[in-house]
Amino acid sequence: MSGGDNLSVRIVLHTRSFTLDVAFEVKPGVTVLFGPSGSGKSRTLGCIAGIVRPDKGRISLGSDVWFDETRASLPIQRRRVAYVFQSLALFPHMTAEDNVSYGIARTIPKAERRATAHDMLAKMRVGHLADRKPHTFSGGEAQRVALARAFAMKPKALLLDEPFSALDAGVKLELLAEVGDWLARERVPTILVTHHAEEASALGDHVVMLEKGRVVREAAIDDPTLSLPKIRAAAK
Amino acid sequence: MDLGPLLLSFEVATIATLLAAVVGIAVAALLANYRFPGRDLIDVVFTAPMVMPPTVLGYYVLVTLGRRSVLGHAFESLTGTSIVFTMTGAVVAATIGALPLVVKSVRAALEQTDPTLILAARTLGATKLRAFFTVQVPLATRGIAAALMLAFARAVGDFGVTLMVAGDIPGKTRTASLAIYSAIQAQHEREATTMVVILTVMVLALLYGVGKLTARRPDDR
Repeated sequence: MSGGDNLSVRIVLHTRSFTLDVAFEVKPGVTVLFGPSGSGKSRTLGCIAGIVRPDKGRISLGSDVWFDETRASLPIQRRRVAYVFQSLALFPHMTAEDNVSYGIARTIPKAERRATAHDMLAKMRVGHLADRKPHTFSGGEAQRVALARAFAMKPKALLLDEPFSALDAGVKLELLAEVGDWLARERVPTILVTHHAEEASALGDHVVMLEKGRVVREAAIDDPTLSLPKIRAAAK
Repeated sequence: MDLGPLLLSFEVATIATLLAAVVGIAVAALLANYRFPGRDLIDVVFTAPMVMPPTVLGYYVLVTLGRRSVLGHAFESLTGTSIVFTMTGAVVAATIGALPLVVKSVRAALEQTDPTLILAARTLGATKLRAFFTVQVPLATRGIAAALMLAFARAVGDFGVTLMVAGDIPGKTRTASLAIYSAIQAQHEREATTMVVILTVMVLALLYGVGKLTARRPDDR
C-alpha cells in the first residue's frame, strides 16, 4: 500500500471543442473536483486512469511516473487506479463475488482472492449478494458492490465519478459514512466528482473547481470563504 | 437415396465453420476494437465474398491454392494431397462463403458491449486480451453463437465456388448442392426433391435458432 504519496496531475489536452489545461495535487484524502458539465472533469479522470492520453504534462504518484509527455505512458492495467464509473460498470455476466475478485492481483491464489472478495462484500454489508448477478441488485446494493470491487483491488488511487448521484438521501449518507471510514483507514489519494454540496462536505478535504478546462479555484473544504451554496451554483 | 452427398456437406460445413470461426472472430475483434490504417480495406475484403461472383472467387482460389501455386505446392508436399479438386477444396470454398457472415455478425455483437465495461476491466488490472476474453466475448456469446449458426447454414449449401475449386466428383467432392444439380440434370427429380427438402428444413431451423438467439430478452444480463 502506498498510502501517503501525493498524486500530482498536470495535463494539457487539446480536443476539437476545447483545451483542458489543469494542474493540481491530490493528497491522501479526498479532493473534490467541481465544475459544470463540459468543464473537463471526466476527461481529467480519464487521463489519470490512463484511458485518455494527454498531449502534454505529467502524472505521477510519489516516485511512480504514470504519464510523461516525453515517455511512453504506463498502461491502464498497471496503474492500479480504482475507477468507480457513474454507471458503476459492474460486469453483468458475473456474480458480485466474481466482480469483486476480478481486480485482485492474480498472483494471489484463487481461494484467497475469493475469501478477500467475500470479506469486502461483507464489510460493505452486501455479503448476501455474493452469488447473485447485478441485474438483481437495487441501486444502493449495486453501488456497494462497485465500491467493494474498487476497494478490494487495493488501489493506489481512487477515482469516484458521481457514483452516488442515483441514490436517495438516506442510503447516500450511510454509504458516504462507509466510504469515509475506508478512506480514513487506507489513506489513498482520492478524487470525487460530484455536483452535490453535501457529498463534498461529507467526504472532501480539498476542493478543485474547474471551468472550461481550467482550474479556477482551489481551497480546503473548511475554508470560510468557500461557501457550499456557491459551489452548488458553480456545479449547475 | 444416397446419403453420401448430405453427409459430405455436413462434414465440409462443420470444418468450414470452425475455420471461419477462428479467422472470423479474430478479424472481427480487430475491426471492432482497433482503429488502424487499412481497416476499411480489411472490412471490404472480408465482405466481398457475399457479393462477388462465385466464379471470380473460385478463380482467385485456383490461382492462390492451385497445384502450381506456392501455397498449393507446399500443402501438397506436406500432406501428399492437393487442395483443389479434393474435399479440402470444398472446405476452402465453404469457408470463404461463411467468413463474411462470421466477421459481420461477430463484429456487430462485439461492438454492442458497453465500452465502459471494457475500461472498467482494464482499470481493474486486466490486459486488453484478458478484458476481451473475460468481458467482451462472454457478453457477446449469443451473437457469436448466432453468427456461427448462420455460417454453418451458408457453408452447407455452397455451390459456385465449390464447383470451381473442388469440382463435382461423385463420392469425393459432390456435396448436397452439387448432387441436387446433377440429379436435376439427370432428371432424377425425386432424389433432388428429398435433398432439397432436407436442406430447406435445416436452413430454416438454423435461421429460427439465430432469431431466438439474437432476440432481446428483457431480463437478459
